[in-house]
Amino acid sequence: MPPDFRKIVFGLVIFLILVTLPLWTNLLRGTAPLEDPEISTRDVPGKDRCVREAEYMKANHMDLLNEWRETVVRDGERGFVTVDGRHFDRSLDRTCMDCHNKQEVFCDRCHNALAVSPYCWDCHIGARETKDGSTALR
Amino acid sequence: MTFGFSLFVVALLIAIPALGAAAGGHAFWGVVIPYAALAIFLAGFTARILGWARVPVPFRIPTAGGQQKSLDWIKSSRLDNPHSAWGTIGRMALEILCFRSLFRNTRVELREGPKLAYGSSKWLWAAALAFHYAFLVVFLRHFKYFVEPTPAWVTAIQGLDGFFQVGLPVLYVTDALLLGAVAFLLGRRLLDARVRYISHAADYFPLLLIAAIAVTGVLMRYFFKVDLLGVKQLAVGLLSLQPVVPEGVGAMFFVHLFLVSSLIVYLPFSKLMHLGGVFLSPTRNLPNDNRMRRHVNPWNYPVKVHTYEEYEEEFHEVMKAAGLPLDKEKSCPKAS
Ligand code: HEC
Ligand code: HEC
Ligand code: HEC
Ligand code: HEM
Repeated sequence: MPPDFRKIVFGLVIFLILVTLPLWTNLLRGTAPLEDPEISTRDVPGKDRCVREAEYMKANHMDLLNEWRETVVRDGERGFVTVDGRHFDRSLDRTCMDCHNKQEVFCDRCHNALAVSPYCWDCHIGARETKDGSTALR
Repeated sequence: MTFGFSLFVVALLIAIPALGAAAGGHAFWGVVIPYAALAIFLAGFTARILGWARVPVPFRIPTAGGQQKSLDWIKSSRLDNPHSAWGTIGRMALEILCFRSLFRNTRVELREGPKLAYGSSKWLWAAALAFHYAFLVVFLRHFKYFVEPTPAWVTAIQGLDGFFQVGLPVLYVTDALLLGAVAFLLGRRLLDARVRYISHAADYFPLLLIAAIAVTGVLMRYFFKVDLLGVKQLAVGLLSLQPVVPEGVGAMFFVHLFLVSSLIVYLPFSKLMHLGGVFLSPTRNLPNDNRMRRHVNPWNYPVKVHTYEEYEEEFHEVMKAAGLPLDKEKSCPKAS
């Protein structure tokens, strides 16, 4: 073997460890469970369905929110009618968070798992638990 | 022709998982394919490197862009023509992190006269640098799908990358850079007649494949959204050896994953192997110390030598008789 063979094998081992790093991290440290978000109003009459079908909401809720925001802020149109004829106010705090009233185990749970940090909460109040146990908005 | 062929193969690599995943069998597309691809990648990469490592490189190859170390009062170029280990490490770092050699890229033109004119041309260097760093950052950002909890450094680079908060989901600067750079590198091969002349399918294919990966990624982010929590459950499952196949992840994800799998399978057997090869470039990773140290070829067979000293001893009498000058009996004839 050429004199540099050992050095090259050493470098190769470093590379192999680096590219499989996620594997070792997960195997050695273990992974936190990836729980589905909790729907707190599933059994509450009138609040048991989302503003659109769950399939759509799962992946596209940010589009809907963006559309709501622009419709309200630019056109002043607040009324929203779902396909099955229910009426809602196009509002992040008063509508979404009225049903999804436990933000920590709903919006935040997903967003933390996927390292998404919407800047909306810089201004919008959301529905996180406050110190006295009540929800912030109400 | 070679371009058409590459385009056709990439189209095939998109169509197969698109049709396949739409028909179901997500355990195959989401678990079997990535595991197989990873195994081929690791084995192929190791085999290529070990193959190269077995080749002896006994001599220094001084293709250097600077003054060699010689006399003390001649200034030597320590990084471009290093003679010490640290200088060589510096040259390798410049090469790998800054693409030093590519920075020397020139362009030749035939001007009126006719005169041959050489000019510096930094576009290729700039695009290549943008391409590789954008790729690296995109890849590192993907760690948020691979480990749970997401490491803080991933969140940090993601925040920096989306710094401008344009659009929703926010635009990542590296996405724009990656797509722009790939477009430039492809355009260079297609539009410049001289580069097109020397381009093969092996040049177009990897560019098109990486472009397809980036485009499917961006499409997935903005237009054909998928359930990312499902994606993460699948990816973390794979990478903790407990595969799960979540319901209802969109087909676009399986296309992206299949293209990435194709890329890593292709990598060890193609020019993309420069990922490992750049570290083994003999013209870069050896100090140019040919004049300072003697490098003996390790596969020299033992040669029977007969030095002049021995020769003179053997023929001493004959030479003396013939009146030839002899080293042994020289009384140090100092020049007058
Ligand atoms: C009237 C009550 C109600 C309102 C208002 C509402 N949701 Fe929902 N949402 C639900 C229910 C109930 C589900 C569960 C639906 C199911 O699983 O079929 C749900 C599901 C979801 C999901 C999918 C979660 C998952 O992974 O299964 C998301 C995301 C979501 N909602 C976001 C929003 C956003 C954003 C808004 C405001 C634009 C909103 N919801 C407004 C009741 C509501
Ligand atoms: C700089 C502060 C700020 C930020 C950040 C912000 N908003 Fe708003 N948003 C406002 C204000 C002010 C209004 C107007 C409230 C009104 O007229 O009722 C508004 C209105 C809205 C509305 C319609 C009215 C309502 O009551 O909700 C929606 C929907 C909305 N924003 C969504 C979002 C989303 C989604 C984000 C994050 C991507 C976001 N906003 C980030 C300040 C902000
Ligand atoms: C099923 C998991 C899930 C739930 C539940 C969920 N989100 Fe999201 N949300 C996501 C993912 C994933 C993204 C990032 C999408 C991307 O990066 O392409 C996202 C992105 C967003 C964005 C865009 C932010 C950005 O910077 O890209 C907003 C705004 C948002 N979510 C609001 C909400 C609100 C408000 C709720 C609660 C009512 C909620 N989401 C619940 C998964 C979820
Ligand atoms: C060589 C490797 C890869 C490259 C170059 C690549 C490239 C990209 C690019 C450019 C995007 C656009 C959005 C962004 O930058 O985040 C993207 C998105 C995405 N990629 Fe990859 N990818 C790679 C590997 C993977 C793997 C292995 C997975 C499997 C988990 C994956 C899953 C995703 C998903 C789910 C998105 C959508 C992100 C979103 O909607 O925010 N990618 N990819």
